[in-house]
Amino acid sequence: MAGSILNIRNSQAKPLSEIPSLPFEKFCDFVIAQIREGARVVSFFGTPKTNATFMLTMVLAYDNDGQLGIVSTSVKDTYPSLTPQLPQVHWFEREIFEQWQVRPDGHPWLKPIRFHNPCTENSLGNSSQDILPSVTDFMKVHGQEPHEVAVGPVHAGIIEPGHFRFQCHGEHVFHLEISLGYQHRGIERALAAGSGKRTIHYMETSAGDTTIGHALAYCQAMEGLSDCAVPLRASAIRGIMLELERLANHTGDLGALANDVGYLPTSSYCGRLRGDFLNMTALICGNRFGRNIVRPGGVMFDLDDSLITELQNRLDKIFNDVKNAVSLLWSSSFVVDRFDETGIVTKKTALDLGLVGPAARACGIERDVRFDFPTGIYQFSHIPLSTYSSGDVFARAYVRWLEIQRSTEFIRDQLKNLPDSAVMAAMPPLKKQSMVVSLIEGWRGEICHAITTDINGNISQYKITDPSFHNWIGLAMALRGEDISDFPLCNKSFNLSYCGHDL
Amino acid sequence: MYAKVTQLILIFLISPFLFGVINRIKAFFAGRKGIPLLQTYYDIFKLLRKGAVYSKTTTWIFIAGPIISLSALVCACAFIPFAGHRAFFSFEGDIVLFIYLLGLARFFTVLAALDTGSSFEGMGASREVQFAVFAEPALFLSLAALVRITGTMSLSDIFANTTINTLTTLDPAILLVIGALFIIFLTENSRIPVDDPNTHLELTMIHEVMVLDHGGIDFAYILYGVAVKFWILGTLLMSIIFRTNSGIVFFDYAVFIFGMIVLAVAVGIVESIMARLRLFKVPNLLIVALALSVLALTLTMRI
Repeated sequence: MAGSILNIRNSQAKPLSEIPSLPFEKFCDFVIAQIREGARVVSFFGTPKTNATFMLTMVLAYDNDGQLGIVSTSVKDTYPSLTPQLPQVHWFEREIFEQWQVRPDGHPWLKPIRFHNPCTENSLGNSSQDILPSVTDFMKVHGQEPHEVAVGPVHAGIIEPGHFRFQCHGEHVFHLEISLGYQHRGIERALAAGSGKRTIHYMETSAGDTTIGHALAYCQAMEGLSDCAVPLRASAIRGIMLELERLANHTGDLGALANDVGYLPTSSYCGRLRGDFLNMTALICGNRFGRNIVRPGGVMFDLDDSLITELQNRLDKIFNDVKNAVSLLWSSSFVVDRFDETGIVTKKTALDLGLVGPAARACGIERDVRFDFPTGIYQFSHIPLSTYSSGDVFARAYVRWLEIQRSTEFIRDQLKNLPDSAVMAAMPPLKKQSMVVSLIEGWRGEICHAITTDINGNISQYKITDPSFHNWIGLAMALRGEDISDFPLCNKSFNLSYCGHDL
Repeated sequence: MYAKVTQLILIFLISPFLFGVINRIKAFFAGRKGIPLLQTYYDIFKLLRKGAVYSKTTTWIFIAGPIISLSALVCACAFIPFAGHRAFFSFEGDIVLFIYLLGLARFFTVLAALDTGSSFEGMGASREVQFAVFAEPALFLSLAALVRITGTMSLSDIFANTTINTLTTLDPAILLVIGALFIIFLTENSRIPVDDPNTHLELTMIHEVMVLDHGGIDFAYILYGVAVKFWILGTLLMSIIFRTNSGIVFFDYAVFIFGMIVLAVAVGIVESIMARLRLFKVPNLLIVALALSVLALTLTMRI
């Protein structure tokens, strides 16, 4: 099967001509066989070709070998759906259908995911018929007693818009269906139109709470495409920034989980401590969310000795406070009772659906880009995997706590042994007609940026796969058979991004 | 007569203050400064100045709900004693009227919620009624135990009666009643561990979700009604465990008001150190209250 797939490493560019294009049946059999042997789908997307054909490209990850694989096929306007055999592509097939109107025949639940007009050229000018979000079919439970509860897109808290439909019997939830797309901004289309000064800002705001993660995935891809060697010191600072982002968000999440069960002390302390972590980020780059530091070729800000000492002092102090606040959480039997066995996702479900990030690790799946596909500083400094096996809200909370400890340890190490070098390297022009896949473990999970360049070395296609794209369905599964009153808790335990999904 | 009018005025004036105390205690535990002690008053006055918006799908019941609920609670205030002094009104058997007034207030809150036709409000109404099924009999039986102990069916006679003095006698029946009343108190006032008055998550709310569609002046009635209800049920509890009979009326009043503040502090502490129960476990807690009250009543039967 060596010729069927192009094996690459994380953020290694390869010429487009090396990507094998299989006939559809062969592609189908090959992919299914690979997944059965332990591969998983990282990204799957369509590209329009001449003569009304479309190229479907799939990026597979072999977690155990640290290798990625790219395989492609050509289809006309319809093809037999892969979803019945590979549930993890169901969302991707819906996306391809929505973008290019390539119909996967036999897809069990084919409907739009972002509610925009197709990206095919004919209909670009014809946007007068706007598609209204969430105007589509929803699953229905029939009978006298089941009823439907619709939540959102406008919520009572200051959160992003999303529409949730519960099919309930009293307090019991049969099924939750999630309808997103309210935040669709057309980022991928804007990026494919050509990269410019705005590109990095699109990246930093594709999911606002994952600024470093997405910016890093973009920069890593650009560096891969131009064979730019990032100075070691810059890599270390990037690592520090990425882990600070993780610390801030995980701490905030633990506080929010405490808040959702009405447990006051942890809730309010973690809220403040999240701010302290954000302030550390601001100390380095002047922005609490880490904007304007990660750039292709390196980082914009260096750390001097006094700043390093200040960061070390702050980190120790904040970590101690987090430790106290979080141990309150585990010592309260009321809280543990609420977390335990709430919103269970089984390991099998998580594997079938291809969940990523803490949500997958909480099901006992050892899946972490920093560990499986290390790049930059993670090649030299390893972070242990944090997993838990129960797959419930407790597991997702506890994995976060484990990661907080390990990220703190990592930052301490890096600050102590910061390599000596420049922090920015010059960027050579991008390679022509090449493809690169860049993976980063953001705090929410695996971020994948797959980029193709054209004959002039400009970006011709930009595909972003946010971890939320994989994980929203996980939340829907966690709610099956659960109490509707536990939805906010389950939702917070995943804490997925709406804008990262909608792009 | 003047004393009785003063009592009522004091109840109406002071009851919103207790929420300020609870908030301050919670803020203390959370390491925050907290909102002003008088915030509930500010909120009520702000709401009273506002207009209300009514959905076209609602009927007069929606508007009448808050008014009737508040009226019923205000009437109930007239039957509860204050600091061991007789209530504004009292007669043999007023205990039954008192409980039904509370029931009437709940009935119209639920009815107004159902009138909106919103699935959220329906959910809240169903939860409220489901828990009331356990909480109401527990309240009835607790009071029945007190009736057995004191031999009278009037709230004023029960609580203004010096025969209740747990601190000296530690009658087990009375201790059980105190336990039951405290659980009922937390439940009926939508406090943690049963409900979370501060949550913004519609799907988990009980009381708050029923009043989501009310705004402006109607919501002011509801907010004030909640404060008065807190006082009423708190009185039942504090009249047993915390009052003096010094003969100096205003000293008694001051001690009793201080006792109510202590109760608010206790609620604040409970809310700070406990998380909410899972919704389907709330009936278990209420069954405990029910069991305590049945046991108390049984104990009073031995005489």
